[in-house]
Amino acid sequence: MNPIKRISERFIEGIFKMSSMVTSIVILLIVVFLFKEGMGLFSSPIVESGYGLYLNTTNPVSDLSFTQIKQIYDGEIDNWKTVGGKDEVIELFRFDDIFSIYSDEELGENYEFLPEKLNQVITDKSNIIAFLPYKYAPKQSSFVKEISKENIGIREFLLGKEWLPTTTPSPLFGIVPLILGTLLVSFFAILFALPLGLGVAIYISEIASSKIRRIIKPAIELLAGIPSVVYGFFGLTVLVPIVQKVGNLTVGETAFTGSLILAIMALPTIISISEDALRNTPLSLREASYALGATQWQTIYKVVIPFAGSGISTAAILGIGRAIGETMAVLMVTGNGAVIPHSLFESVRTIPATIAAELGEAPSGGAHYQALFLLGCVLFLITLCFSIISEYISKKQSSKIA
Amino acid sequence: MKKMKKTTILTLALICLTFNLKAQKIKGSDTVLPLSQEAAEEFKKKSPSSSVSVTGGGSGVGISALMSGTTDIAQASRKIKFDEKLKIQDAGNSVKEIIIALDALSVVVHPSNKVTKLTREQLEGIFTGKITNWKEVGGEDLKIVPYSRETSSGTYEFFKESVLKNKNYKSGIMSLPATGAIIQSVSQTKGAIGYVGFAYLNTKVKSINISYDKGKTYVIPNVTNVKNKTYPIVRPLYYYYLTKNASKVKSFVDYVLSPDGQKIVTEVGYITIK
Repeated sequence: MNPIKRISERFIEGIFKMSSMVTSIVILLIVVFLFKEGMGLFSSPIVESGYGLYLNTTNPVSDLSFTQIKQIYDGEIDNWKTVGGKDEVIELFRFDDIFSIYSDEELGENYEFLPEKLNQVITDKSNIIAFLPYKYAPKQSSFVKEISKENIGIREFLLGKEWLPTTTPSPLFGIVPLILGTLLVSFFAILFALPLGLGVAIYISEIASSKIRRIIKPAIELLAGIPSVVYGFFGLTVLVPIVQKVGNLTVGETAFTGSLILAIMALPTIISISEDALRNTPLSLREASYALGATQWQTIYKVVIPFAGSGISTAAILGIGRAIGETMAVLMVTGNGAVIPHSLFESVRTIPATIAAELGEAPSGGAHYQALFLLGCVLFLITLCFSIISEYISKKQSSKIA
Repeated sequence: MKKMKKTTILTLALICLTFNLKAQKIKGSDTVLPLSQEAAEEFKKKSPSSSVSVTGGGSGVGISALMSGTTDIAQASRKIKFDEKLKIQDAGNSVKEIIIALDALSVVVHPSNKVTKLTREQLEGIFTGKITNWKEVGGEDLKIVPYSRETSSGTYEFFKESVLKNKNYKSGIMSLPATGAIIQSVSQTKGAIGYVGFAYLNTKVKSINISYDKGKTYVIPNVTNVKNKTYPIVRPLYYYYLTKNASKVKSFVDYVLSPDGQKIVTEVGYITIK
């Protein structure tokens, strides 16, 4: 062989090798980055970083839980008795309130008198709870005490039932409603899409004439090319009112609407992959079936579908993967209420929608930011599980056939 | 990493300097974005030698860009937070605040809703989940469906501060990614209630008269009431810049505050400061 040709072949080989290596490294780096950012959450304190809660020293309360803090600041708990203190009305104090009590001059040019004034306020009122930055907080030795500095726990993240990332003083990062929302929407999406998609695939590959196939197949593949935000817009303006009217519901933005939109979006994936699988059934198998006197339907049902089983399962799982990761369309039609769903006709909030909607304003490096990254990790793990399952199924199937 | 960031910023700054000495960057709130964009275009027509680039991203994004020096003006739909101000001061700078326009928030309901007025306390009850049926506030027997904006929006924060008095929204409240989506959803849901910027009001939804004095007077959200400060849910829109950059941004800021600039404010749908 011509040496120049050989060198150029080596060179091309090298380029291919390089590109595959670069791709793997990039993917690995993304995963590492995701987990590194996400894990930081567990070293963030419960109370917004840089801030602490302070009480008057005469107050016997020494510890407040996550939910108690939230209920106090929401006005649901208004007496210290409820949390184990004296029978006194709770007085809320936020840092910004100091600026309405004292003028900027009184606080000094560089706020050097601020701790003193804050101390004054807290000492004066025995029933106060103050939310202050550490930097200006009165020193511990004075008449105040600081409460709850512990970190956010893994349990609270994984088992928490409330997702309220921007509440002050203590944000709640409970992902249970988000995970359940995501799984509910995706599960029903696939439940709607799989029978329909399979039906279409069987029709295209087995029943339709080649003329019809030539029209339908590109049309379906076109469906995959529509941007998801367009699906979302369609869902919001068309599907939502329909669902609301037909179901006679108070709101149309429900998990059901989300599932419908996702089902439509997952259809092209399911149809084209399962259709390929069906068409790959060898002619010899079909002919054998016909030779035994089977009808066309019997052949499809007993020979073609079992043979294409692994392809069909792959289609279903890829469809689920598409549904779980879908962001924009779901963001627009599910209403995004972060509650644990009790029925299909309630608003849900999915993980991708949460990330998309909140990352823009989450202060970089803060607890909220890290929580969103951790959500990304959770999403990654869920889709990884589905990929492993699909791999396993197709291996099992192919060994059976062989 | 940090070093890399610094060098990129430096190179970018250098590129900008060599290309155009007068280039100014504005970044921040999406609420202020249309106003800044319009003003930037008109400003360019007036003084062709200068260029102004405007980007959105949210009030918080703008202010952090101001801190890192990647923008000259931060546009914001909320007041700068104390710790943001502090960070700027720690870096040895001070920040200047300019109010460029006013924006009112309207509370909107479905056009068929019989309720025409609500007090702040009632609104607080509705959005914190304590009032759940329209008959509790004088309407028909219908479940209330409150719609909120996403947590990333300045509108969300402002409504929480002004109407909810810093209490948290009810957990699991429906939140939509854009003002347009709120209008769309409210217009097709009978029991719905939501809040949108005054500029976005249209006939598909009905706005509610608001009382901040426990029901003594109810005020309609319109231009006159916002200007004479009788309508309560009004927020200023801000420009922030570092005092050391004052000379660089002065001409543009002055333009926005001038009668010509304020005309754009009205065109975009906000309310002029004077």
